[in-house]
Amino acid sequence: MTTTVKEPATRQAAALPRLLPAAPEDLRHHLARYGPAPYRGQAGLLIGDIETSGLTGRGGAAFPVYRKLAIVAQARGRKVVVANGAESEPASRKDELLLRAAPNLVLDGLQLAAEATGATEAHLYTHHGATPEILRALAERAAAGLDPVSVTITQAPPRFLAGQESALVNHLGGGPARPTFGPPRVTERGLHGAPTLVQNVETLAHIALIARYGPRWFRAVGTTAEPGSMLATVYSPDGKCRVVEAEIGAPLNTLLSSGPDTRAWLVGGYHGTWLPVPQAAALTLENATLKKYGAAAGAGVLAALPSDRCGLTEAARVVGYLAAESAGQCGPCLNGLPRIAAGLAELAGPGHRRQVRADLERWSGPQNLVEGRGACNHPDGTVRFVRSALLVFAPEISLHARGQCSATNRRPFLPLPDGIPTSEEDWT
Amino acid sequence: MSGSTAFWYASRATGIVALLLLTAVLVLGILVNRQGRLPGLPRFAVTSLHRNLSLLSVAFIAVHVLAAVLDTYVSIPATAGVIPFVSGYERFWLGLGAISFDLMIAMIVTSLLRGRMNRVLWRAIHLLAYLSWPVAFAHSIGSSKDLQHGWLLYLAVGCALVVVAATAWRLAQAARQVPRAARVAAVYAQHTSDNRRSRRTRETVKR
Amino acid sequence: MPLTPETLKVNPIDCTGHGVCAELLPELVSLDEWGYPIVDPRPVPPQLDREARRAVAACPALALKLMRK
Repeated sequence: MTTTVKEPATRQAAALPRLLPAAPEDLRHHLARYGPAPYRGQAGLLIGDIETSGLTGRGGAAFPVYRKLAIVAQARGRKVVVANGAESEPASRKDELLLRAAPNLVLDGLQLAAEATGATEAHLYTHHGATPEILRALAERAAAGLDPVSVTITQAPPRFLAGQESALVNHLGGGPARPTFGPPRVTERGLHGAPTLVQNVETLAHIALIARYGPRWFRAVGTTAEPGSMLATVYSPDGKCRVVEAEIGAPLNTLLSSGPDTRAWLVGGYHGTWLPVPQAAALTLENATLKKYGAAAGAGVLAALPSDRCGLTEAARVVGYLAAESAGQCGPCLNGLPRIAAGLAELAGPGHRRQVRADLERWSGPQNLVEGRGACNHPDGTVRFVRSALLVFAPEISLHARGQCSATNRRPFLPLPDGIPTSEEDWT
Repeated sequence: MSGSTAFWYASRATGIVALLLLTAVLVLGILVNRQGRLPGLPRFAVTSLHRNLSLLSVAFIAVHVLAAVLDTYVSIPATAGVIPFVSGYERFWLGLGAISFDLMIAMIVTSLLRGRMNRVLWRAIHLLAYLSWPVAFAHSIGSSKDLQHGWLLYLAVGCALVVVAATAWRLAQAARQVPRAARVAAVYAQHTSDNRRSRRTRETVKR
Repeated sequence: MPLTPETLKVNPIDCTGHGVCAELLPELVSLDEWGYPIVDPRPVPPQLDREARRAVAACPALALKLMRK
């Protein structure tokens, strides 16, 4: 079998949308639109195309996908692939939507990844578990004999860290959904010791399309350094939330409002970065430009905080949640995050001790001793969120010190789940 | 008993010292686990002392067994130190000594191989200390008439009281320990109340 | 003497903040305000190799490791 991709009979337009159909598609419509998944017939053959395509992970870390595929493919023995749909970030809805609207794209990608790596075991890991849509999709595919590797569905506990790679593998292996400390990484030693490929469901959907239409097609949108498209969950100041597919490199102000109704932008979700508006209005949705502001696209959560809300209150709410979601395994995170959360809560209220600002600076500023000292990047992401909040909402801090606040609306804006973990069962 | 030899005295003496040393080792082990300090000494002194005294105990027990074997007044086979219940003399009580010593050997060997073995397994074997000590104590009291009255009895009972108190304290600490799932909430609660009282806290939630 | 450079790494999950490492190897390990080690990420200089191994062996939680690059 040749390794080149055959040009499809009908040319696939490069334009968007690529991933999301207008309405949820069952297997029949999926096959009518895309045809069957083009298996190469041999492990490893797809990886070259993925490398050429420049696809990076869409779960937030943006790691080059071909590298993970190659590491697992080169390993010997039993191998595992996991479709990670546990987006965990409360503000992100893209994975949930993708699994509802185009589950077959994700499942195609999972099978293609299994073939490319030589995996014999496949898992689907989501917060909602075995939903009717997924069960139906799997049943239809099984009836059509489409899946060489059978897929096990596992429900993730409702924890922020449940979708973290090592926490996921820990949970699939029967343990709690808490991160473990590598080396080795899960690609070398993962589920029950086997090399494990963990990919976000959106990444797998992209793989399913690249396998059909080729890397050149994939690169037809996006930038040279960061090709392709990505799903973004966008919050507008009126409180509405929508999932859109955007070209990488799209100007952020085509997605987010930057007018007087907006106080600030949050880019990259709750491990992301606050950006001042209108100063950041010219930025584009790509890590190369966002990096200059210390930001990254992450898993595509973009929010425009309305100008009638208090940024400090919102930040304090989120950090309180992030602190509560610490696995509590590592001293610097266990001790640092709740202290940071308490400090921010004090800043969000009227009048605060001057010591609080110094403490927060010590815990989140440059050379802080919280970042990088945990087993996962939860403290790192939280510190980045806090640092940017302290920067962008500095005027607000001074106002609050005098007992004033420029916000007129006390209703919470950013979404947070109810309930914090209190017992060991909450992690299993 | 008349005709006791120097070997017999040596065995009893080293046995008593071993019991004292093992008591200290157990208490030091608890201290290491609880991150306790010995006044005036650095932290690594606690860990070093625990290790060194445990090795010293083994040395004393080796002499204790050897001397008993070499003593010709009673017949104790050379293997009686590690194989339980092979001695004709005081089969049961000496057997307990062998059991206790076997457990100690397991603990020491696994500790020497700590870096190379499964942590959970290491800890499980190390917890056998809480079995080894009482068995050693029973061996001491049961096999030696000396320890059954007088100041040696008080000494032995004193050691037992120390071990019981230390173990009880350790168990109480475990019961008081904030469960992992509640640790973050504990730090947060501490800090929110401290903020209100405007006092900087220095307490750390250790795990 | 190691042929390849080694660095000290602490497993933050296993570490419970005993602080023995910082006492034995103050040149490379210091403690943060909560008693947890801050480890120098640079390779261990050859003259400190023995002290580093001693610190690794002394950690009650076996959390300190010497890793080859």
